[in-house]
Amino acid sequence: MIEAQHLTKTFKDKKRGVITAVDDVSFTCRPGQIYGLLGANGAGKTTTLRLLATLLKPSSGHATVAGYDVEREPEKVRAQVGFLAASTALYGRLTAREMITYFGRLNGMTEPTIKARIQHLAAELDMAEFLDRRCDKFSTGMKQKTSIARTLVHDPAVMIFDEPTLGLDVMTARAIVSFVRECRNRGKTVIYSTHIMSEVEKLCDTVGIIHGGRLVAEGTLPELRARFGEQDMEEVFVKAVGGEAALVAALKN
Amino acid sequence: MNLHNIFTVYLKELKDTLRDRRSLMSMIIIPTFVMPALTFGVGKIAAGVVNKAREEIPAVMIVGGDDSPGVAAALRQDKKLKVVPTGADWKQQISDKKVRAAVLIPAGFEAGLKAGAADSVVIYNYDGELKSGFAVSELEKFFRDLRDQTVTARLAERALPATLVKPFDLRRENVAAPEKVGGNLLGGIVPYIIIILCFTGAMYPAMDLTAGEKERGTMETLLCSPVARVDLVLGKFLMVLTGSLSAMLLSLTSMGLSAMAAGMMLGGGGGAKLAAAATQAKAAGTAMPMIDPVGLLGVVGMVLPVAVLFSAVIFTVALFAKSYKEAQSYVAPMVFLIIMPAVVGMLPGIDLNARLALVPILNLSLVCKEMLSGIWHWNYIALIFGSSCVYAAFALMLAVKMFNREDVIFRA
Repeated sequence: MIEAQHLTKTFKDKKRGVITAVDDVSFTCRPGQIYGLLGANGAGKTTTLRLLATLLKPSSGHATVAGYDVEREPEKVRAQVGFLAASTALYGRLTAREMITYFGRLNGMTEPTIKARIQHLAAELDMAEFLDRRCDKFSTGMKQKTSIARTLVHDPAVMIFDEPTLGLDVMTARAIVSFVRECRNRGKTVIYSTHIMSEVEKLCDTVGIIHGGRLVAEGTLPELRARFGEQDMEEVFVKAVGGEAALVAALKN
Repeated sequence: MNLHNIFTVYLKELKDTLRDRRSLMSMIIIPTFVMPALTFGVGKIAAGVVNKAREEIPAVMIVGGDDSPGVAAALRQDKKLKVVPTGADWKQQISDKKVRAAVLIPAGFEAGLKAGAADSVVIYNYDGELKSGFAVSELEKFFRDLRDQTVTARLAERALPATLVKPFDLRRENVAAPEKVGGNLLGGIVPYIIIILCFTGAMYPAMDLTAGEKERGTMETLLCSPVARVDLVLGKFLMVLTGSLSAMLLSLTSMGLSAMAAGMMLGGGGGAKLAAAATQAKAAGTAMPMIDPVGLLGVVGMVLPVAVLFSAVIFTVALFAKSYKEAQSYVAPMVFLIIMPAVVGMLPGIDLNARLALVPILNLSLVCKEMLSGIWHWNYIALIFGSSCVYAAFALMLAVKMFNREDVIFRA
């Protein structure tokens, strides 16, 4: 369960002054569901997810993740969260096994538990062949599998995906999408950010459209289609953010 | 703060760093080999060049002296000088280093000498050139001998004793123990090298563990773990400190070993020559400048808080950078900041006082020099150790604080 209430995050920028990256955002993600955060580049998706993963502290507003407050108990929140982003890389000089073991230890797991967990994950993700090779020699597919194993090592209740398919080839991207679906099927709370419409259509139970740091529309896919009177998700998105002109203006900033 | 987490982070960083070539170079390879390379390589080359220059019989010219055939002939017979035919452009030839020196014998020199006094003999040389210098000292020796012989002959003529012009003899003898000589000779250079290696040993791990992680995107991965940020900083910091200390300890060990090896080589090869020189005959082995091991232990103790200071400062600065390259451009100029006080400490005549004892790095350089020559000013040692600890603690606090700042850790 993720509950965000009036989440706001401002940054100070030398040139542009105070920037509100996330502006009064509230939403709820339930276990066994995928909440899609849809937005253009710079809309505030990454900042929102970083607030939920306690990498950043909110300027105002609250959020609870798996029952813990992100500001008061950030360590407990992170223990319940698996965070996978295009920007979360692997340690190139460690092997996949060492990488996963390290994060198991950081999560306070015992050595036998970690061993068993790696065995389980490696079988599930088909990693046996490269488990003891160094990550810097991996293909993108191997890297993604290792990253997934890293996020799952402590079996978190909440999964946060920040544009996980960014820059991946079709096969690897498809594998990620099916993995996200698998997480939902196992009853995890999933939040997924993207700017790719087809992924939203394939995956998300609820969609939040974010623009300029504000949540401009929210609902299930049929609800959004009905509300904006469009069948195509891209048209729904453009209407939700206030037309193409608004989108172009936002991208310029 | 959770010791188990700090240790987990530290162990992983240690493993990671030991697989990084750049860090290995600065932590292990350079400190281990720089001292032997300096002692044997540069030392040997320098000694070889000097010996070769000494072995060469310098070519000199005699200017004038046609009416002093005796002196000219004696000069030609001197085995340590090679008199070459004089050309009109002898000054140019000295400048061109074809001839090492020239001696001007004034007109009527021998006649003047017989009569009582002659005009001055002038030696022309090329100042600052080693081989010209050797030629000059040979020429000077020749004319000093000539003067002494003249004086002796004159005294004999008048039946006066030699003590008339030389009433007493002057000699000098060394009383400092070999390790004290070592302290003075090496006391300046050892702390200097240790300070620099301490810094460079910390430099690469610090940049790799901060800016390097940001650049490779692993920092965000690490921050996702439930470990508190203070534990992450301390684990990483311990690794940087390990780099610094390993550089220092390895360099000290290899310094000690290469000094021992150099002593053995000198004792073996140069033994016969040394034994021949009657004044230095006291056991060739112990005449080698030695470093006092207790002093060396003192140095290690004093360097500890400074290594913490360096590690924390470099860590903080590198943390601010977005990439390894950016970190390098911040950290590399800091080497000069470190070198300056270290060099000042090497200068002769600068001694410890209460005010200098509070200047970081300089105080270390000065107190190490004293310790290595066997001087233990306990109140200064306490003051320096204490102040270094305060600086180090402050720098470490700053590192933790910076790691907790979003605008530093997510600087884009």
